[in-house]
Amino acid sequence: MGRLYERLCEDLRCLEGLKSCMNCGVCTAICPSAEFYRYDPRKICDTVQRADDESIEQLLKSDTIWYCGECMSCKTRCPRGNTPGLLIMALRKLSQEMGYFTDSEKGRQQFAIRRVIGDSILTTGYCMRPILVNPANHPEQGPVWEWVYNNLPEVMDKVGANYLKDGPGALRRIAPEVLSEINQIFQVTGGQDFFQLIEEFSKDKADEMCLDAGELGGDNAYFSEVYTKNSGNHH
Amino acid sequence: MEQEGKKRIWSEYQKEIADDHYFYVRSCIRQTFFPGSETTFLKILRDDLSRDVFEDARHTTCTGIGYHTDIVPFETIMTIAARHFALMTEAGYVNFVPSCVTSFGIYTEILDTWKHFPEMEAKARDYLWTATRREFKIPDNLSHTSDIIYRFRNELAELSGHRLVNKNDGKPLKVVEHIGCHYAKMFPKCGVGGAEFPAVLSGMVEAWGGEVIDYPERRHCCGFGFRQYLIKANRGYSLSNSKKKFESMQPYQPDFIVANCPGCAMFLDRWQYTIAEMEGITYDKSGKGIPVLTYEELAGLIMGYDPWVMGMQMHQISVEPLLDKIGIVYNKKDKYLGSKGQYIGVPQPPHFLLQ
Ligand code: SF4
Ligand code: SF4
Repeated sequence: MGRLYERLCEDLRCLEGLKSCMNCGVCTAICPSAEFYRYDPRKICDTVQRADDESIEQLLKSDTIWYCGECMSCKTRCPRGNTPGLLIMALRKLSQEMGYFTDSEKGRQQFAIRRVIGDSILTTGYCMRPILVNPANHPEQGPVWEWVYNNLPEVMDKVGANYLKDGPGALRRIAPEVLSEINQIFQVTGGQDFFQLIEEFSKDKADEMCLDAGELGGDNAYFSEVYTKNSGNHH
Repeated sequence: MEQEGKKRIWSEYQKEIADDHYFYVRSCIRQTFFPGSETTFLKILRDDLSRDVFEDARHTTCTGIGYHTDIVPFETIMTIAARHFALMTEAGYVNFVPSCVTSFGIYTEILDTWKHFPEMEAKARDYLWTATRREFKIPDNLSHTSDIIYRFRNELAELSGHRLVNKNDGKPLKVVEHIGCHYAKMFPKCGVGGAEFPAVLSGMVEAWGGEVIDYPERRHCCGFGFRQYLIKANRGYSLSNSKKKFESMQPYQPDFIVANCPGCAMFLDRWQYTIAEMEGITYDKSGKGIPVLTYEELAGLIMGYDPWVMGMQMHQISVEPLLDKIGIVYNKKDKYLGSKGQYIGVPQPPHFLLQ
């Protein structure tokens, strides 16, 4: 039993997600990702179960672990009560801790997620808010969303939201003292360090690729690369 | 026979849903795309059903999208959840009601983890105390907002002025119900009817006079996939999974789709537009698309709420054909006006979908 396998076993989601897989493939049959990508949750379970560090390392450096949509449909159907989706979460965590995620095109996307969603959580108290769904990056949202986006205060007022104002209500401004509690929680629980780790490994990769990653946000070449690059080799 | 079998299985998955005094926490996705649905939920509970719902402005995201895009560690999200339980405890409430299905799934996962690994609960208490000097009690009851509407479906049917019946031919409207994956696929016992035969939406539809369609891909994911939508390069995943559902439901000619997850409702609405733009395909006979509703909007419609105050103008697929079938009177001119009746422009018409 190797080092990576042991670290995986420290993650509760690995313990809960993979008890004993009999390789039946039911999870693969139900998996939305297996239909879209060259992806097979049964094989993931098999690789981890074999506890061979070399294959686990390969997996952690591959695009494969980033194909799952974390829908957890596999949990419902597995005759053994496994959850490959939870195992994936443990693998992704370890891949980021080891810095292996920057070896794959899909793994490198973590940088964009950290910059957009991570920053949004810490600076506004929301994972997602209307201003992040910019029609230029989201043509699929259609012209009605574009109209909403261009008229946010008016539309939000009409439907009873409390848009960017104090007090309770939808889309209210989250007070600075609340944000400081959230930031404090991230500090104490290792969330902040984890963000930092993603930043550092990503910046090293950006240097290696001769791309600028900036200090904040998505207005830089590395962000554009990871956010839009699709080699088409995933199906 | 088959129906009896289903009923028996459902009876094993009857969850307890608190009757009153709710501590309400909002959803980032619902606030972004369907803020009027949250307004409607609160109005129905407070004004129509005389229930007590408390909201503390200091609650935040549960960080669920960060967790399921794998940038937020479990230790962090469980402490954010613990902070929300602390706000509930401080306010004197015991019934915790999240508006988001992703959040609901996260709270069920965290509570389950704490049950199996008490040392993690102790850790959460410790982290929370160190970070915020707060303490919490575990909620007596955890129900999603759709569970609450389900609980009161019969009372609402009695109070309502409308039925889910086509006023032109008197037949029940045909409804696709879509349950967000994280509602019960992880913890079937936490959802009404479990994961295979969830009754939370079908129960509402049937109580209000509609007919639920059982189509092959009924339980398939909408395709959100977190990172699979948020990153532009991955969006084909999201689109393809919704397309699979549309193709599967099309032969049954649904009058509308209703979803309990805000993400699913948004995707099933927007991807119809995208597919129409890309391929010139619509999944209804009229070429206008299949309207997609949140369950709050559906409840609001039967209760006679104004569709434009509920925010149904924010949908890409026009809801008017459905309003006409039910016989709801609405003012077409008001649809895109601001809150004071002012003109704020109108959306461009799509290239392919009819309006
Ligand atoms: S369904 Fe369960 S037992 Fe079967 S291959 Fe998947 S994880 Fe293993
Ligand atoms: S959680 Fe991942 S592995 Fe499981 S069914 Fe969903 S996409 Fe497939």
